[in-house]
Amino acid sequence: MKKITEIAKVIRSKNCSPFDLTLDIILKNRQYYEKLKEQNAITRDLIAGLYRLPVEKIGKIIWYDPACAVKFSIRRKISSGAPGDTDVYGAQQHAPLLALEFDI
Amino acid sequence: MKKDILKILSPTAILGYGYPIESFMAGMAEKPDIIAVDAGSVDPGPYYLGSGKPFTDRIGVKRDLRCMLKEACLAKIPVVIGTAGGSGAKPHVEWCREIIMEIAREEKIAFRMGIVYADIEKDFVIESIKQGRTEALDGLPELTEKTVMETKRIVAQMGVSPIIRALEKGCDVVLAGRAYDPSVFAAFPIMLGFDPGLAIHLGKILECAAIAADPGSGSDAVLGILKKDSFILKTLNKKRKFTALSTAAHTLYEKTDPCRLPGPGGMIDLSNVTFTELPDGMVEVRGSRFVKSEKNMIKLEGSRCVGFRTVSFAGTRDPVMISKIESIVNDVRKQVDNLLKAEKTKAELNVHLYGKNGVMGSWEPGGDEFVPREIAILIEVVAPTQEEANTVCSITRSSMLHYGYEGRISTAGNLAFPFSPSDLQAGEVYEFSIYHLVEIENESDLFRCEILEVNGEEK
Repeated sequence: MKKITEIAKVIRSKNCSPFDLTLDIILKNRQYYEKLKEQNAITRDLIAGLYRLPVEKIGKIIWYDPACAVKFSIRRKISSGAPGDTDVYGAQQHAPLLALEFDI
Repeated sequence: MKKDILKILSPTAILGYGYPIESFMAGMAEKPDIIAVDAGSVDPGPYYLGSGKPFTDRIGVKRDLRCMLKEACLAKIPVVIGTAGGSGAKPHVEWCREIIMEIAREEKIAFRMGIVYADIEKDFVIESIKQGRTEALDGLPELTEKTVMETKRIVAQMGVSPIIRALEKGCDVVLAGRAYDPSVFAAFPIMLGFDPGLAIHLGKILECAAIAADPGSGSDAVLGILKKDSFILKTLNKKRKFTALSTAAHTLYEKTDPCRLPGPGGMIDLSNVTFTELPDGMVEVRGSRFVKSEKNMIKLEGSRCVGFRTVSFAGTRDPVMISKIESIVNDVRKQVDNLLKAEKTKAELNVHLYGKNGVMGSWEPGGDEFVPREIAILIEVVAPTQEEANTVCSITRSSMLHYGYEGRISTAGNLAFPFSPSDLQAGEVYEFSIYHLVEIENESDLFRCEILEVNGEEK
């Protein structure tokens, strides 16, 4: 088992619009990336579980070969900066991903 | 095509964020054909568009602009500024214009300035709704006339055409309101006949200045070299280089899908792009394609005022209180609700528990189980008037301070306040009300352009 923090160099979240967040995981090398992609190790169900959300709130998982990266979007609870929002830039919603471990 | 190669200097990711003068001058030594800069973003939230206030600092913006304008005048090359003042509505553009006029007088420089406004009339939007020409982005509510009427200010993200029109009129400086970020960089090369796919993709990278380099930075200058079939990215600071990976990874940034980036009038298709590393930390990019869409759509942005905010901030270190914080907050909320009902006051109350789940709320994987040593409690009230917000915040704060929860042994007060006064008025609160597409006939008709002869030597 490998912790995600051992195999990824970037794990981040950010607004991609005032209504959606986009989360990126950039792997340290192509070997790690190919293995995760082969195993389909990141799925909408996995992310929905991590964020305690229904799977419909999770966007398509996109594997992006040129950057050894996998990404997906999440619909915000509250639009950026509206009353009740807690993260205007959406830059601190990545932490649940840090608990992931993979059998690679 | 008159030119085979076009060089674009991007000094900084957001005007006002600064850049090392050495990097900028290294860029000028490359003899760029244009300096372009993005001056805004929706990231800081809906307040700035709604209130008409800039989110960048005036001194920072003036410092960044001074050097750009002086050097561009000397080199006789155009400067394009997009999304002026942070949100690119009229008050933001006027704010930036005033700064430019000050610099012109102080530096005694003269130039022709084109000011392109991005403000959209409500009548136009309502007419567009009636004709079925507006479109909601996936899963978001449709735009209604009511929403338009409630919206304080509406802007549209301009594509390249309105900027090109100003450049064609011989403007040395183009000061544009809200613009799709890459347009600011892509307008000039597209006007000269360069490939729009490459020009827009290059613009998408340059609008973030050195963020796509390694190590990345939003406050360092970079150079884009556009050719017929490719473009090259070059850093201007020896500390950084572009790599194939850093450049590819940047296409992910703040985007839903890295292969298809929609913008005004079409999208860039990056599914067949190649990144090739060249010597000296440069990267060459090929294969970016612009795909024109059937309908000419641009994006509208609008923000409406939803009330006034008052906040109060305090900590608790009491383990008994911490162990039952959720039920205490609920009880206080009920007390406050009852008082509000009696007084017929409407307000939204949010109690943020920092140290527990203040950042992620219900998304927090541990739920409510985690027990911290201390909790920062942020009471946030949004009400129709500042006075009502003050009142509700005051009631909530005092109820929380003296609330006699079960098992309480610390009977003098439940909260540690860092400040006196404990309550802070935060003024108007906005939310994004419009983030929709609208189909248009002619882009240049929508974005009004004003030409100004600026002569800093005249009194």
